[in-house]
Amino acid sequence: MANVKTHTFDAVIVGAGGAGLMAALYASKNANVAVLSKLYPTRSHTGAAQGGVGAALGNMEEDRWEWHAFDTVKGSDYLADQDAVDILCQDAIEVVIELEHMGLPFDRFPNGRISQRRFGGHTNNETKKPVMRACHAADRTGHMILQTLYQQCIKQKVNFFDEFHVVDLIRVGDSIRGVVAIEIATGEFHIFHSKAVMFATGGWGRCWQVTSNAHSLTGDGAAICLRRGIPMQDMEFFQFHPTGIFKLGILITEGVRGEGGVLINGKGERFMEKYAPTIKDLASRDVVSRAIYLEIQAGNGIDGKNYVHLDIRPETVNHYFAKDGETRRITREDIEAKLPDIADFTRTYLGVDPVKDPMPIQPTAHYAMGGIPTDVEGRVILDAAKKVLPGLYAAGEAACVSVHGANRLGTNSLTDLVVFGRRAGKDMAAFCQQANLLPLPANAADEVIAEFERIRHNQGSAKMFEVRNRMQTTMTEGVSVFRTKETVSASIAELKKLRVAYQDVGVQDKGKVFNSELLEAWELGCLLELAEVTAVSALTRQESRGGHARDDFPDRDDVNWLKHTLCHKVGEGEYKLDYKPVTLGRYEPKPRVY
Amino acid sequence: MQVNLRIRRFNPEKDQKAWWGEYTLSDALPTDTVLDLLHRVKWEMDGTLALRRSCAHGVCGSDAVRINGANALACKTLVQRLSGGNGSATIQVEPILGLRVIKDLIVDMEPFMEHYRSVLPYFINDSPPPADGRERLQSAEDRARFDDTTKCILCACCTTSCPSFWANEKYVGPAAIVQAHRFIYDSRDEGAAERLAVVGDTFGVWRCRTNFNCTSACPRDIEVTKAIAEVKKVLATGEI
Ligand SMILES: Cc1cc2nc3c(=O)[nH]c(=O)nc-3n(C[C@H](O)[C@H](O)[C@H](O)COP(=O)(O)OP(=O)(O)OC[C@H]3O[C@@H](n4cnc5c(N)ncnc54)[C@H](O)[C@@H]3O)c2cc1C
Ligand code: SF4
Ligand code: SF4
Ligand code: FES
Repeated sequence: MANVKTHTFDAVIVGAGGAGLMAALYASKNANVAVLSKLYPTRSHTGAAQGGVGAALGNMEEDRWEWHAFDTVKGSDYLADQDAVDILCQDAIEVVIELEHMGLPFDRFPNGRISQRRFGGHTNNETKKPVMRACHAADRTGHMILQTLYQQCIKQKVNFFDEFHVVDLIRVGDSIRGVVAIEIATGEFHIFHSKAVMFATGGWGRCWQVTSNAHSLTGDGAAICLRRGIPMQDMEFFQFHPTGIFKLGILITEGVRGEGGVLINGKGERFMEKYAPTIKDLASRDVVSRAIYLEIQAGNGIDGKNYVHLDIRPETVNHYFAKDGETRRITREDIEAKLPDIADFTRTYLGVDPVKDPMPIQPTAHYAMGGIPTDVEGRVILDAAKKVLPGLYAAGEAACVSVHGANRLGTNSLTDLVVFGRRAGKDMAAFCQQANLLPLPANAADEVIAEFERIRHNQGSAKMFEVRNRMQTTMTEGVSVFRTKETVSASIAELKKLRVAYQDVGVQDKGKVFNSELLEAWELGCLLELAEVTAVSALTRQESRGGHARDDFPDRDDVNWLKHTLCHKVGEGEYKLDYKPVTLGRYEPKPRVY
Repeated sequence: MQVNLRIRRFNPEKDQKAWWGEYTLSDALPTDTVLDLLHRVKWEMDGTLALRRSCAHGVCGSDAVRINGANALACKTLVQRLSGGNGSATIQVEPILGLRVIKDLIVDMEPFMEHYRSVLPYFINDSPPPADGRERLQSAEDRARFDDTTKCILCACCTTSCPSFWANEKYVGPAAIVQAHRFIYDSRDEGAAERLAVVGDTFGVWRCRTNFNCTSACPRDIEVTKAIAEVKKVLATGEI
C-alpha cells in the first residue's frame, strides 16, 4: 500500500508505562530508539499503582533480599523460576535507590531514609512476622514512578510517538523487522522498521467484568505476539485482588491492611483469623480472595450480599492491634496522610468516608501473572527448550519471566517493571549494536490493513459492547477466583460463539481521524483471544495452585503440575499446549500456610 | 433517573463547524459518572463520538472536559452532583477551552505539553550521590514541602480554565508552574535557577492574576494558586 509511511530505528519499544520507560532510558543510551504508545505516556496504568514497590532496603527493621526471594517464591506457590526471583530481589535494592537518585519523591522515615510499610506476604523469615518492605510515596507510588521515569526520558530526549497504536509485529521466520502502527490522530498506517522490538503493553484485566484495570488494558502486545507465533505462558494464573470497590472494581491497596485495616464479614467477624491464623489479613492475595468468596458463599456477606467490609477506622484497627498485643496505634490523621487517594476514591464514588465507615469491597480482576515468555534479559522465547527469538523483547505485566509464578506478591509488579525493564533495555541496546537491519518484506502492513478495512466496512449487526459484555460475563462466571471443569468448559463454549459473533461486529465511524471506535473493535479481538487462551490453559491444569483454584482438583499437585504452561495458537480458535520445567533453587516446594 | 446530555460535537472530516448533539438517557443512576454516560452514548447510540479516557477513576488525566461550564474529569464527576434534585439532570459536555479541537471532545494537547517541557520538569542534581551507594537523605518535613505539587496528573483542567491563558496562549500556565514548583521546592534538586529563569520570564508567573480558577478546577485538589504564589515569592525574595 502506497500511503504507508516508513520510519527506521534500531529498536522500537511498544508501551510507555513503567516497564517501557525504564527500558527506554537504558536502551536509548546506546541505540536509536522509538517509544510508541497508544496513550500519552503519563496516562499509562502504572500511574494507578498505589501501595508500593518491594525492595529489602531494611530501612526500619532488618530485612534481606533472600527473605524477599523466599516470600516471592512462596507467594508464587512455587511456580516462579528461582533464578529470576533472585535477580528480582537483588536488583530491586539497587533500582529503587536509582529511582531515588532520579528524583522520585518517596515518603521518608524520620531518619531521612525511604519510608517502607508492610504488605501482604512480606515477612521476616525467622520470626515469620510481617516486615516493612514496600517503599512508597503515599498511596500513589506508581504515579511517582511513572512521572519520574517520564521526566527522565524528557531530560534524555527519548523519541516518543504518542498516540500511535501498534497493531502488528513484522516477523520473518526467526527474525524481527519492526511493527505496524496507526497514528490515532490521522488514522494513517506507519511501519517502524527496526532491528529489535519490545512489547511493554501491560495487562488484560478488561477480559473480566469487575476489574482494577484501565479501559485501555486490552492485552494488545500479548495478542499480537500470539498471532505471530509466540506462545503465551501460564495464562491460567490471573490475580484477583481481594479488595476492589464493590461493583466498580477500583482498587483499594493492600497498604490499607498494611496499615492495620481488617476484613469483616456480615456477622461482624474478622474472618481472616480462620483462614490465615499467623498473618491474617496480610496473607497472599489468592488466599484472601478465596476467603472472601467462601464467606460470601456461606451467606456471610454484608446483609447477605456479595461483598464484605474493609475497615480502617481507627477504633477498629486499634481494637485489633490491642488484641494482637501490638503496641502501635493509628489515628485519623495517619489515614489521611498515608492513604489520601484511597480516602478520595471512596468518598467520591461511594460517598463513604473511610475514617467513619467501613468500605464495601469484593475481589477484582487485577493482574496477569502469565504473558509473553522471556528469559531474565527480557528476550522472548519460543518453546519449552527456551529457544530465543533474536530481537524480540518483552517486559512488565505483558511479559512472564516468571517471577510471579501462580500468584504475584503485592509490590512485586512495580519491582518487576523497573528491574526487568532495565535489563531488557540494556540487552536490547547491546543486541542492536551487533545486529544488522534486515530488509522489510514487501507489503508488510497489508495483512493488518485488510483486517482493519474488514472491520471498518463490516455490515454485520453484532454490537461491540454486547460482545464485550458477554465475554466479561462468561469470564467472571467461569474463569474467576474459583473454577471447575464445568464452569471453564461453559466459558470456552461461549467464547467460541463470541469469536463467530465478533466477525459480525461493525462500526458506525467510517472516518480516519481519531476513530477510537475502530480501535476499540480491534482491541476486543485481542481480549477475546486472550480470554480463550486463559480458559483453555485453565481447563487443562488439573490442580489448584496460587491464582488457579480448581474446585474439582483442590490440591496442589507437584508431581504432575510443577511446570509452566505454554499455549500456542495453531489456527483460528485452535491451541496447542506444551509445558516448560520450573527452575527450582534454594527453596523446595512446601505446603503453603500463612 | 433521566439525563439530557448535550455534547459538543465536531468531526473535521464532515463538519464545517461544531454543533450540539442531544442524547436522552432515561435510566441513568445518580452514581453514574459523566464518563459512564459518554460511554453509553458511544457504545449504544453513536459510535462516532470521540473522547479520550483510560483509568476511569481520576488518576490518568485523560478525560478533562468542560461540564456545565466548569472543567473537570468526566470519570470523577457523578451525575448526582449535577442533578437539579427533581430526579432529572441536564448535563452539557464540551472540550476544554484554549486548545485546538481535533474531534468532538478531543483537543490537541501538544501546546500544553510544550509548556510543561519548557520548565525543565525533571530532577537536576549533578553532585555524586552518597558514597555508600544509598539514597540521598531528605527529612520528612522537606519532603512535605512539595508533596502537594507531586500529585499533578497533567490533565490540563487548570491551564484551560485560566483567563490569562485564554488571553495569551504563550503563558506557560498553571500546570507548568505546578511542575516547576515540585522541583524548586525539592531540597535535593539543584536546577532552581534555570527553572526560575523560565517561570520568571514575561510569559511566566507574572501573567497570573490570582483568580483561583485553576485551583477550583484541579481534580487532584492541588492548591495551584498557592503554589504559583510560592514560586512568585522565590522570584521576589530569592529564598526558597
Ligand atoms: C489499581 C492498581 C494498583 C496497583 N498497585 C500496585 C502496587 O502498589 N505495587 C505493585 O507492584 N503493582 C501494583 N499494580 C500492578 C502494576 O501497577 C502494573 O502491573 C504495572 O504498572 C504494569 O506496568 P507496565 O509498564 O507493564 O504497563 P502499563 O503501565 O499498563 O503500560 C502499558 C503501556 O502500553 C501502551 N500500549 C498498550 N497497548 C498498546 C498498543 N497496541 N500500541 C501502543 N501502545 C500500547 C499503553 O499506552 C501504555 O503506555 C497495580 C495495578 C493496578 C491496576
Ligand atoms: S490563579 Fe493565575 S493561573 Fe490560576 S487561573 Fe487564575 S490567573 Fe490563571
Ligand atoms: S495541577 Fe491539577 S488541574 Fe492542573 S494539570 Fe495538574 S492535576 Fe490537572
Ligand atoms: S479516565 Fe483517567 S482520569 Fe478520567
